[in-house]
Amino acid sequence: MKNLPKFILSAAMVAAMATSFSAVKAATPPDTLVQAWQSDDIISLDPAEVFEFSASEIMGNTYERLVSYDIKDVSKITGQVAESWTVSPDGKTFTFKLKPNKKFASGSNITAEDVVYSLHRAVSLDKSPAFILGQFGLTKDNVKDKIKQTGPLELTVEVDKAYAPTLVLYCLGNSVASIVEKKVLVQNEKDGDWGYNWLKTKYAGSGPYIMRDWKANEVLVLERNPNYEKPTPLARVIFRHIKETASQRLLLEKGDIDVARNLNPEEVTAVSKNPDIKIQSAPKGTVYYLGLNQKNPNLAKPEVRQALKYLVDYQAIADTIMKYKGDVHQNFLPKGYLGAETSNPYKLDVAKAKELLAKAGLKDGFSVTMDTRSTAEITGVAQAMQQTFAQAGIKLEILPMDSKQALTKYRARQHDIYIGNWGSDYQDPNSNADTFAANDDNSDNAKAKPLAWRNAWDPGPLTAKTRAAVMERDGEKRAQMYKELQKSVLDDGPFVIFLQQTEVAAVRKNVDNFVLGPSFSDNDVSQAKKN
Amino acid sequence: MASAVMNRGGGHASALRSSLKNIAQFVIVLMTTLLGLAAVTFFIGRVVPIDPVIAIVGDRAPAQVYERVRQELGLDLPLIQQFWIYLKKAVTGDFGNSVLTTNPVLTDIANTFPATLELATLGTLIGVIIGIPLGILAAVKRGSFIDQFVRVLGLAGYSIPIFWLGLMGLLVFYAKLGWVAGPGRIDVTYSYLYTPVTNIVLLDTAMQGQWDAFWDAVSHIILPACLLGYFSLAYISRMTRSFMLNELAQEYVIAARVKGLSEMRVIWRHALRNAAVPLITVIALSYANLLEGSVLTETIFAWPGLGQYITNSLQNADMNAVLGGTLVIGTAFVLLNLVSDLLYRLLDPRTR
Repeated sequence: MKNLPKFILSAAMVAAMATSFSAVKAATPPDTLVQAWQSDDIISLDPAEVFEFSASEIMGNTYERLVSYDIKDVSKITGQVAESWTVSPDGKTFTFKLKPNKKFASGSNITAEDVVYSLHRAVSLDKSPAFILGQFGLTKDNVKDKIKQTGPLELTVEVDKAYAPTLVLYCLGNSVASIVEKKVLVQNEKDGDWGYNWLKTKYAGSGPYIMRDWKANEVLVLERNPNYEKPTPLARVIFRHIKETASQRLLLEKGDIDVARNLNPEEVTAVSKNPDIKIQSAPKGTVYYLGLNQKNPNLAKPEVRQALKYLVDYQAIADTIMKYKGDVHQNFLPKGYLGAETSNPYKLDVAKAKELLAKAGLKDGFSVTMDTRSTAEITGVAQAMQQTFAQAGIKLEILPMDSKQALTKYRARQHDIYIGNWGSDYQDPNSNADTFAANDDNSDNAKAKPLAWRNAWDPGPLTAKTRAAVMERDGEKRAQMYKELQKSVLDDGPFVIFLQQTEVAAVRKNVDNFVLGPSFSDNDVSQAKKN
Repeated sequence: MASAVMNRGGGHASALRSSLKNIAQFVIVLMTTLLGLAAVTFFIGRVVPIDPVIAIVGDRAPAQVYERVRQELGLDLPLIQQFWIYLKKAVTGDFGNSVLTTNPVLTDIANTFPATLELATLGTLIGVIIGIPLGILAAVKRGSFIDQFVRVLGLAGYSIPIFWLGLMGLLVFYAKLGWVAGPGRIDVTYSYLYTPVTNIVLLDTAMQGQWDAFWDAVSHIILPACLLGYFSLAYISRMTRSFMLNELAQEYVIAARVKGLSEMRVIWRHALRNAAVPLITVIALSYANLLEGSVLTETIFAWPGLGQYITNSLQNADMNAVLGGTLVIGTAFVLLNLVSDLLYRLLDPRTR
């Protein structure tokens, strides 16, 4: 036993060493906002390539576009770099006049040359989000003729058809159409890459903040842009990548971060009791749905599709598993979009479902599988549905898998039921109508793979109606067309849409003007400040 | 050691020949291991039911973008040809680019591996410095309180899930007591005070004399290192105990005691010296395990290490990154093996 004191001594030494490291600061600096989020989806910071949630948010805070919309009422489109615009009588040519005193972060003026370059660049690079511009008939080969500078502060954009002007404007307000500084990118161009290899980790914009530094999976730092017209109250915003939500909570409660972005429902409930923390939330343009593969003979029966819509306990899911994360929503257009339908006619009704199943000749139910991404929330929702399906005799087998694996299978149309979510690509209703209600080619080797195609559903006349809605230039008529499309999909489509996503953030009380907008690129810290 | 070899071998030539033989053997082992690892990882990566193109272009990309990337990746070629192309590039140090970070895989590894190395080394040091004396104590005082204590400690180390212990550690030492810093490697405010050279933060800050940053880094690493150290300690102390028990029962120990040597000398100079040989394997294995990256610890402590990097890449079908990471770990294993072989020779004359 004589060596025991030595051990105690060494343990005491370790403890003493630990106490001496109390150089730990309790609060973040007053001019700096520190956020914890899961940002492992960021693959690039080049606006021509950015298509992921986290990076979109960075684009929104660091770049500007020709036009933008009011996040409280997205139907109000305003100029951001553009001062005004006109549409030609044939509806195909948009002429933009730029504001005269706009500057890049570098101090140079924003000219029409920069805007034209930026749009040429996005179309020519042809990265993932390029289709948002490409859908107007713009290609690498013709873009130089279609988007032209017509004066130092004036340019024209020519589209191939007379689309609804708001569709074109929303797409020009998307992050893919962000304005980059031509001079900087030309300097950093290598082998005709439009400066892409440089810009994917660097910055050349004019937004409220400058992207100062990005260390993948570690930290991203934004700094005040001194040349922005309305300088930000904060000098700096730091995004720390903290994957573990429990760690986010500890950091927030301790005051080492100001905002925690990915807390789970229990953690939100817990921190909401902390007097120093407030909870903020905003509906997002993402809907959760089940995709019913029409190659499965049971799911192809219209009565079965309807029966399944009666076999989901919508409210229970929204109130428990998805608490703070979503509201009941059954139509394919998220609330806030032009023509969005907000009625939710389906409720859990086992008797009605049984009746429908009997009509379909499946009185005793049937067995079916569901490809389920193995995240806690999706698994939870799937299990809730498994229970309610069982009440009508439907035996649902949950196949847990990795998200990319589930997606690969879904895109090959090899699933029975897929539980997924779909976020709009841009603020116009066509983004969702195009995928839920249109399918030009339902053959196995079709090029385009909209959600209707993935579920092997031929929407018949709805495809033509979707295409027509894009061309309707009267806003009210257009809204009406989308209402009809939603009704058709709600009644008969192979989609059980059950929720619209809500984004929730836990914010320290001393932070003001932290804004969560309708899309991820609208999450805005430009006016955030700390008291 | 060199002189010992000379005396026995009887000349420079044979010593040289034997070292050359050893080096050749080592290179062959390294190459075969790496080739095998690369082949297995590569083919597993290609048969998993995940489409790597989607991982790059995303779900929404139009058909022509999808096709273009598929061809750029060479996925339309036969598997063997794809593997051959990969090997040819890998030999020149080009492991391709990571999909997730878009950086060359080597750059990513150069960024993440030092973080893991730093944590694993500190963890192993803690494990060795505390674990070995504890194990010896337990063996010497077999059946005593300290022995029971070491056994319970070892058992707990085996059975408590690391993520639980990690979170509890954070809750107590960071959130409640405020003794240590929270998740992360260094505070952002300090992270711009030094230039990353080795990417081992403790080393970089110390070499550049940024002592505030150094102490901040220490206060960040201490908790995860103690956590890993505890798990390695649990293993090392248990093994030390059993090796020592084995040695203490040997006749030479009795002989030494009979000779009248002090108990300290018997234990530290004689018994431990013999127990050290198998112990080195144990330590090397435990170190290698930590080098693989402790994914859970890295996740909880937001530690940007190799374990998190590979796991994240795997989940996103980022096979270049997975392959590169696997090869680095493979090399680390082979090197550690070599080091423990060399130490064997140093400690045990019979193996010379």
